[in-house]
Amino acid sequence: MLRLEQRPEPSKAMSIASPLLALAITVVIGTILFVLLGKDPLRGLAVFFVEPVRSAYALSELAMKATPLLLIALGLAVCFRSNVWNIGAEGQFVVGAIAASGIAMLATKDTGNWFFLPVLVGGIVGGMAWAAIVALLRDRFNANEILVSLMLVYVAEQLLNYLVYGPWKDPLGYNFPQTITFYKSTQVPRLFGSFRVNLGAIAALFAVGAFWLLLFRTYAGFQLQVGGLAPAAARYAGFSSRKALWSALLLSGGMAGLAGGLEVAGPLGQLTPHVPAGYGFAAIIVAFVGRLHPVGIVFSAILMSMFYIGGELAQSRLGLPKSLTGVFQGLLLFTLLACDTLIAYRVRWKTAGKGTGG
Amino acid sequence: MRLELVDISKQYPAVKANDRVSLQVAPGQIHAVLGENGAGKSTLMKIIYGAVRPDEGEIRWNGEPVQIASPAAARALGISMVYQHFSLFDTLTAAENVWLGLDKSLPLAEVTKRIREVAGIYGLEVDPLRPVHTLSVGERQRVEIVRALMTNPKLLILDEPTSVLTPQAVQTLFVTLRKLAAEGCSILYISHKLDEIRSLCHHCTVLRGGKVTGEVDPTRETNASLSRLMIGAEPPQLQHREARAGAVVLEVRSLSLPKEDPFGTSLEAISFEVRAGEVVGIAGVSGNGQQELMRALSGEDVRAPRGSIRLFDQDIARDTPRRRRRGGLHFVPEERLGRGAVPTLSLAQNTLLTRTRAVGRGGWIRVGDVNALAEALIRRFFVRAGGPGSAAKSLSGGNLQKFIVGREIDADPKLLIVSQPTWGVDVGAAAQIRGELLALRDNGCAVLVVSEELEELFEICDRLVVIAQGRVSPSLRTAEATIEQIGEWMSGLWRKDKSDAPA
Repeated sequence: MLRLEQRPEPSKAMSIASPLLALAITVVIGTILFVLLGKDPLRGLAVFFVEPVRSAYALSELAMKATPLLLIALGLAVCFRSNVWNIGAEGQFVVGAIAASGIAMLATKDTGNWFFLPVLVGGIVGGMAWAAIVALLRDRFNANEILVSLMLVYVAEQLLNYLVYGPWKDPLGYNFPQTITFYKSTQVPRLFGSFRVNLGAIAALFAVGAFWLLLFRTYAGFQLQVGGLAPAAARYAGFSSRKALWSALLLSGGMAGLAGGLEVAGPLGQLTPHVPAGYGFAAIIVAFVGRLHPVGIVFSAILMSMFYIGGELAQSRLGLPKSLTGVFQGLLLFTLLACDTLIAYRVRWKTAGKGTGG
Repeated sequence: MRLELVDISKQYPAVKANDRVSLQVAPGQIHAVLGENGAGKSTLMKIIYGAVRPDEGEIRWNGEPVQIASPAAARALGISMVYQHFSLFDTLTAAENVWLGLDKSLPLAEVTKRIREVAGIYGLEVDPLRPVHTLSVGERQRVEIVRALMTNPKLLILDEPTSVLTPQAVQTLFVTLRKLAAEGCSILYISHKLDEIRSLCHHCTVLRGGKVTGEVDPTRETNASLSRLMIGAEPPQLQHREARAGAVVLEVRSLSLPKEDPFGTSLEAISFEVRAGEVVGIAGVSGNGQQELMRALSGEDVRAPRGSIRLFDQDIARDTPRRRRRGGLHFVPEERLGRGAVPTLSLAQNTLLTRTRAVGRGGWIRVGDVNALAEALIRRFFVRAGGPGSAAKSLSGGNLQKFIVGREIDADPKLLIVSQPTWGVDVGAAAQIRGELLALRDNGCAVLVVSEELEELFEICDRLVVIAQGRVSPSLRTAEATIEQIGEWMSGLWRKDKSDAPA
């Protein structure tokens, strides 16, 4: 009989092995899925795990997708570690994109190449402001931050639609719901001429270092985490839970806003109703698969972007629906949650009745 | 024999909780199981009560080998248990709580009648119609005992039953237990209090490290000889010098505080003071406002009226815990895991809760310094731990308590407030902690101790006050106080006009 037995101490090795095991199981289930769909499973898997890293161009596209996921997930990791459940990063991402666009539209033909900086700052402030609503309602009225942040995603999307269908619509755009194409000066500089990957990817890697320092080397980061791990201990130590709430939300809102700004000041180059691409939600999975650890999040962000790109390729090459991306994302999170059981427990074979001891 | 255990063993991942334990209980016998925390008493009782299955060994009930698969099976055999921590619903009445635990064949009215009968026979005063949250802790225990007696048990297991009672209530409980035993009910009495065992029990099995180290007649033993069996040595005697009390360090003046949670206790006009170089003890039965008072003093609750709490004549009633620590006030809470320490963080990281010398400019943590501090604490206070990197929850209760008390003592406090310094701590560690508190006092620190163990308070305190129903009594010099008097005050009976004191 299979039995779960509690380990005397949670296994460190298992907490690293668990995401890898989850990935392996995801691949196995994916294979079965392709077989059932009547597709060659090897080709199917290649589309998800080989194609996205096969050429320099593919890698550039991979980095483009991974950057917003990485930025948002870093902020969420701090939030979740502080026991603040912001699941509305998507909304903060959208408002960041809106605010960045508002500034980008101020540019003229003659603005210098530095103008992408205020655009990105606009994105950060926009995301922060949207998250601040959540913090304020939680702080003042004890409103549940999970619900408020989630609901604000839909408000943000309506705000976006209002702007692109209304006041910000490009007068020369044949009535399409989109803004003007922003001037070149608002665009974040690219790293390698013809590839789309830009400075944002570098900024995201810097952010990884910064967040690692914040979490593991600063007293502020320590206080945030104590508040999440043991609220009574935080009260005993005198760490303010209000400060933790505000800083966690502003930080994660700012990161999501920055990601939104990078989208409009990068690959999109204008504001359209298609800005919300689900990065804010996918980043929740990224954060957890990465163990809420900045370095782990780098790997999970890359993995998640492979799913995004793989889903698109599966549509064009295999004639499968793009929603396969969501299936793989869901599979990964599901198997991860299951595998995490093994961190605190181990599996044992037990013959009924007689204990084995040890 | 009513109950016989033969060579019972139980292995947990890290420890062997019971190692070939044998024990016999005769009908009508009050049988003590004595041992330190972690000696394996609780595991053994859970095995008898069917909550844990032994790896090896045999249980015989009235001479017949039995397999006790669950607590329900144990109750069917006639075994009842009263746990140390009560399992009553606060919002229900006593009768409803008892009713919930029975099979539902009896109507509530019938149960209420039976409770009155049982309570009458054994002198357990219980009003079945009162909601549990209005009952004192002693009354709640009586509800638990009545519930256990409803099924006419042949064996009653009591786990540390006196830890929540006043000395007078302990005597009442003993009368009940003796009566039960005289009627043929066997009683397993788990405790580490030597005096109680000697005055109540007929037979005593001593456990140490999961093994039986002695089977004795407690009435023929001394505290010293029992203690030798229990811990392998006599507890070290404390050196207690006469206190030289200095200036007032902590002054509490007319502190009133309405309760925050509906089942808490409101504080009413509390006044007392603690001077440099003395240990003041707060005695009282738990749930009489100790928690609330501690939170107000530590700064976890900053609703206290201005001026009601003064440290070196500075008003600190509304200061945060960190500001109070800067003023020299350090606090050790009774919950070690989750309040005094973060369970999943390392010992090193846990020093950062109250010690910030390793935090540099701009809030950068100097990791080397943090580890060095943890290492120094481990060495200075003989904490048994893997090292500064061990998670707080991997330590035993006593070792973690040594670490937390050590963390605060090492901070050179001017006022140390300690809540339940030796709760769930083994005898050796308890003696060490008490010794450290006295050493701190001798260095001129003011010490305030809250404890439910009167013996502990009499051992280390220079002055005592009693807390009851959210009020604090005048202080008494320990040398002039008697257990009987403190016990009476624990029911709130220090006010001259005794007629208005609640029963």
